Amino acid sequence: MRASTTPSEYFTPFLSPLTMALLEVDSLVKHFPGSRGRTVKAVDGVTFSLERGQVLGLVGESGCGKSTLSRLIMQLLPPTSGRVLLEGECLSSLPPAVVRRRRLDFQMVFQDPYASLNPRLTVFSTLSEAIAARHPGMVGNRTACTEAVAALMKRVGLDARAMRKYPHEFSGGQRQRIAIARSLAPEPRLIIADEPVSALDVSIQSQILNLLQGLVRDLGLTMIFVSHDLSVVKYIADEISVMYQGKLVETGPAEEVFHHPRESYTRRLLDAVPRIRFGGDRFPPG
Amino acid sequence: MLRAKDSFSCLFMLSMENLKTFFHTREGVIRAVDGVSLELSRGGSLGIVGESGSGKSVTCYSLLRLLPMPPARFEGGSACFEGRDLLTMPVKELRAIRGRRIGMIFQDPMTSLNPYLRVSTQLTEPLRVHLGIGKAGALDQAVAALQAVGIADAEQRIHSYPHEFSGGMRQRVMIAMALITRPDILIADEPTTALDVTVQKQVLDLIGRRREELGTAVIFISHDLAVVSGVCDYVHVMYGGRVVEAAPVRELFENPLHAYTRALQRSIPALQEKGKPLYTIPGMPPDLSRPTPGCAFAPRRPARARAACLANHRPELVETSPGHWVQDCPGCRDAGLDDAF
Repeated sequence: MRASTTPSEYFTPFLSPLTMALLEVDSLVKHFPGSRGRTVKAVDGVTFSLERGQVLGLVGESGCGKSTLSRLIMQLLPPTSGRVLLEGECLSSLPPAVVRRRRLDFQMVFQDPYASLNPRLTVFSTLSEAIAARHPGMVGNRTACTEAVAALMKRVGLDARAMRKYPHEFSGGQRQRIAIARSLAPEPRLIIADEPVSALDVSIQSQILNLLQGLVRDLGLTMIFVSHDLSVVKYIADEISVMYQGKLVETGPAEEVFHHPRESYTRRLLDAVPRIRFGGDRFPPG
Repeated sequence: MLRAKDSFSCLFMLSMENLKTFFHTREGVIRAVDGVSLELSRGGSLGIVGESGSGKSVTCYSLLRLLPMPPARFEGGSACFEGRDLLTMPVKELRAIRGRRIGMIFQDPMTSLNPYLRVSTQLTEPLRVHLGIGKAGALDQAVAALQAVGIADAEQRIHSYPHEFSGGMRQRVMIAMALITRPDILIADEPTTALDVTVQKQVLDLIGRRREELGTAVIFISHDLAVVSGVCDYVHVMYGGRVVEAAPVRELFENPLHAYTRALQRSIPALQEKGKPLYTIPGMPPDLSRPTPGCAFAPRRPARARAACLANHRPELVETSPGHWVQDCPGCRDAGLDDAF
C-alpha cells in the first residue's frame, strides 16, 4: 500500500484472476509417535479443495485431528505425506523462508483471545506490525500506519480511539475482534479460524459470527471455520466437513449436513448440542 | 421466594440475603455483586445465568469466601447455611464446611487440579482431612468415586497425573473430587465451558445422575441458557451484579418477562435461522464501577423502551406469579417495546 491510498481503498476485496481452486489438500497424512511404540494417526488421508469465497466448516470433537489439519495447512507442522496447494503452488515443498513470506496469504485466528495476543504490545503495535509485513514501505510512516490501523479497527467493529490500549483493557469479544483484525492485516486470501468463538459467551458468539460473515461477504475471503459445535458452524459455512479419527467422514452443503446427516457420527454430534427443553418450535432441529 | 424472612430461613438449606460484594481497586469501587438474594432447598437445583462480568461467579465465590480480601469486601448481606452465616463465621469453622458440606467444580479443570500431585493424592485428601479416613480406605473410596464418574480402568488411572487425562476426563476427576465427601451442595462454575459439545453432554448427564444418586443440591453457573435449562429447576438471570429475573426454568423459557432474559434467549446461535444476521444484544455490559441510579439494562434497550425505563431509582424485584420474580422496570418488562421480536 502506498502512503497516499485512502483507508477505504485499502480494504478492497482481495481478488485474484485465477480460476483454479484456492486451496487444495491432497491425501494429507500426519502421524505422531504415541506412547508405548504406538502411532497416533492425527490426520489420516484428508483430501478436499476450497473455491474462492467459500466457507468450509470443519467439525469434530477434540482429538479428531481438526487442529492438526489446520496447522498442516498453515505449514506450522510438516506433513508425514500429502500436499497442500495454495493457488496451485505446493506449499509443503517450499523452503521455510519462502513459506513465511507466503504465509501473508493465509492467516489464522485462534481460539483463545487471551492467549493469542501479545500482552505487551498495544493494539496499534500488533496491527501495524502485521500491516507492515505486507507493506514494508509503511515502516516508519506513522501517519499511514495510523490510518491503516484505524481503518482495520473500524472494519472489525472496534473504536479506533482505543488503538493505544493493551489487550488486557479489552473484553473477550473485543480481543477476538483484535485477533481477527490482526489476521486480516496482511490482506490474506485464506483465513483459518480455529474455534474462534468457543471461548466466548453465547451472546458474544453471535457478534463474532456476524463479523466473520460480513468479512467473507465484503472482502471475498475464503475461510476454514473449525469448531466442535455444529449449530455454530451451520450459520457461517457453505459446506460442512465432519472429521472423525483423522478422516473426513461426511462432507456436504451446510443445511444438508445439519438437517439430514448421513453418518451416525454426525447425528451423535448433533444430539450433543444443548437444547432448551421447552418452547416447542424454537428447538434447534436435528 | 427471594425474600425469605428469618422465620422461613429454616425451610432452606442455604439462603443468601442481599449479598453485596465490592472490589476496592485503584480505579474505584467495583460493585460486582450488588444485592443478590437466593435460596436453595435440600436436593434442589439452581441456575445462575448471565454474561461475563454479571457477577454470577463472584456470588458463588463469596459463599465460600474464596475471593482475595482485599480487594474484595462484603458490604452487606448474609449467607445462611443451616442457620449459620458463612460470611462471618470464623475461618476454622468455614473450613469444615468448604469441601466437606459444600463442594465446588471450577471452569478450567487444568488450572484447578494440582499438576504436581497424582490424582490419587488429590482425591483422597478430602477424605483424609475431613473424614479422617485412613490411607487404604480412602484409596478404595477414591477408586469407587472415579468409577462412578465413568472413568474406565480406575485402579490404574488413579495413579496418573492430571496432564495424562483429556479435558473431559479431568472435569470428571474434578466432579469425583467435589462429590467424594458427599456434600450437601455442589457449586458448578461453568463446568463445561472449556469442553466440546459431546463431552459437555456427558458431563452434564453425569452431574445430573450423581445428583440424583446422592441427593446433592446444585448451584449451576453458566453463560449458556440452553445448558442451564437442562440441569436446573429454578433459574436466576443476573445482569450488572443484580438479579433481573428469577423463575422456575420452564416458566422462564415460556414466559420470559425481562428484556434481558428475552435477549439472552434470542442470542443463542443454535436457535437462529441461517442466512440472516444473528441477533445480538446491542451495546456493552455496564461498567460496574459507575453504577447508574436507574435501570442498568436501559442503555441496551431500543430508544422507545429506554424512555420508559426507570431513570432515578433502581427497579426492585416483584413477584408476578408464584415463584416468578422480575425487576419492575416498565421499559424492560413490556415485550411490546422490544424491536422486531
